[in-house]
Amino acid sequence: MGNAVAIIGTGQTRHGRRTDLCYPDLVREAVTAALDDAGITLEDIDGVVLGTMPSMMEGVSSTHFYFAEAMGSLGKPVLKVETCGSTGQSIGHCGFFWVASGMADIVLVVGSEKMSEGDGQATMTTVFDPFFQRTFAAGAPGVFTMQSMEWMYRFGIPEEKGREAAALISVSNHDNAMDNPHAHIRMRVTMDDVKNARVITYPVRLLDVCPASDGACAVVFASRKAARKIGRKPAWIRGLGFRGEEFFYGESDKAVWMSATEAAGEAYRQAGIRDPLKELDVAEIYNPFTYQEMIFYECFGFCPRGEAPDYVLKGTFRKGGELPCDPSGGTLCTNPIGATGLIRLAEAALQVTGKAGERQVEGAKLALSHAMGGVDQFNGVTIVGSTL
Amino acid sequence: MAKEEHRIVKGQVTVPYELALGRTWSAFYDFLKDERIMGKKCGKCSRVLVPPRSFCPRCYVDMDEWVEVSQEGVLETWVYVNMPFFAQEIRIPFISAQIRLDGSDSGFIHQVAGIDLNDFDRVRETVKLGGRVRAVWNPEKRGNILDIAYFEPVD
Ligand SMILES: [Zn+2]
Repeated sequence: MGNAVAIIGTGQTRHGRRTDLCYPDLVREAVTAALDDAGITLEDIDGVVLGTMPSMMEGVSSTHFYFAEAMGSLGKPVLKVETCGSTGQSIGHCGFFWVASGMADIVLVVGSEKMSEGDGQATMTTVFDPFFQRTFAAGAPGVFTMQSMEWMYRFGIPEEKGREAAALISVSNHDNAMDNPHAHIRMRVTMDDVKNARVITYPVRLLDVCPASDGACAVVFASRKAARKIGRKPAWIRGLGFRGEEFFYGESDKAVWMSATEAAGEAYRQAGIRDPLKELDVAEIYNPFTYQEMIFYECFGFCPRGEAPDYVLKGTFRKGGELPCDPSGGTLCTNPIGATGLIRLAEAALQVTGKAGERQVEGAKLALSHAMGGVDQFNGVTIVGSTL
Repeated sequence: MAKEEHRIVKGQVTVPYELALGRTWSAFYDFLKDERIMGKKCGKCSRVLVPPRSFCPRCYVDMDEWVEVSQEGVLETWVYVNMPFFAQEIRIPFISAQIRLDGSDSGFIHQVAGIDLNDFDRVRETVKLGGRVRAVWNPEKRGNILDIAYFEPVD
């Protein structure tokens, strides 16, 4: 895995609709918070990694130019990485690679999106191929609904049971977001609210779907030497995995989803994890859609295939359950896409360093973070621990 | 203190493109003109892929053999779309679907129609996962994916 790498600081904006800040200022809000959290200044940073969604999202191309000042990169090497929804995990991995290689001591990683400025679903549509599939695209809800329907059919999950479990995930995530001062959507919802919400793409309803958020996240990666010198309690990177599959939807099996399964499998091998449900203390899963979260539980080995709804309904993944998932309120309550995967990692780091405030999972020592990108095409996982 | 007001500027970016389909995909649309759905077969793993590929994504070898697949297949999954999205080509409501055409080894993305789509409860009774559907051709061939007008449920 290369040299040891620590996360020594994280920063997030207040996520939501942020017309009070232009886009670069939004980025700076997260960078400033991360530097403060790490107790360092820009002079300590050796390099900067940035990631966002495709340029169509806010209509400005190659945002590493736009944010050069805001992300404090003047006079420093800059890398831009983008993998659609999984961007936040990809840039985290990139920060890890840079420090693990020994070529940098401290790297700043920044992810951001200002969804209120563009048309998120139109941008998603441009990710589909132009010759065969784009004609039938219905943004993210269309594809994620197709995947969820296929998964329920494959494993014989009754529609009612799937509905009940998905509603409980929505209720839990919304409850959790009440504990997170950064979250975009902060309101309590009931099972009935979710089940009676407006249909988006049947059976997916409004409260099964994430919002479109403005927000940024910054994370500071450091070598063991630099982390020791700074002297604050770090989160250590224990394992990471990233996998992709075919571009055309329909060419690979999305009900068992190789890329999600193997990205987690790779991260587990590196971290020495054999029984993730028992060994992990908390997980931050990229869940823009309630139903899809259950497919991730299965791919990540939290439960057998086809049984995620049973585990959800038992309360396994709720606050106080065996493996609490998304104590931050998750992607379901906050989704500035280019930042979202990095927020998952930042939240995992906060958990294992005991800095998660009201949303802290008591005594968390090992945490999984994740993001998914494209038309169900890429998945990335990073595992952090309180010890190396 | 009065609530802060912030200025917004409206903008739009419009860029023209000319996208080449290349040899394999041009041929696919030539076959569609004759109302034939053609896939490519991999000489190594023997999978037949529709849309056809110039090379097998898993074996990374050229796919040279054209194979005609059936115009009927199994509905692997679908979604009822009744929300307008920017630049949508098809009028709502419509059904996006993944269809495993007989003789192929991949899901083909198209639409299911030919039934009354306005009443969702009736749609659910007609359109079934695992059910069979059949291609209905557009009499006019324009060289795009709607040369197959839609797939209709086979009862
Ligand atoms: Zn092959």
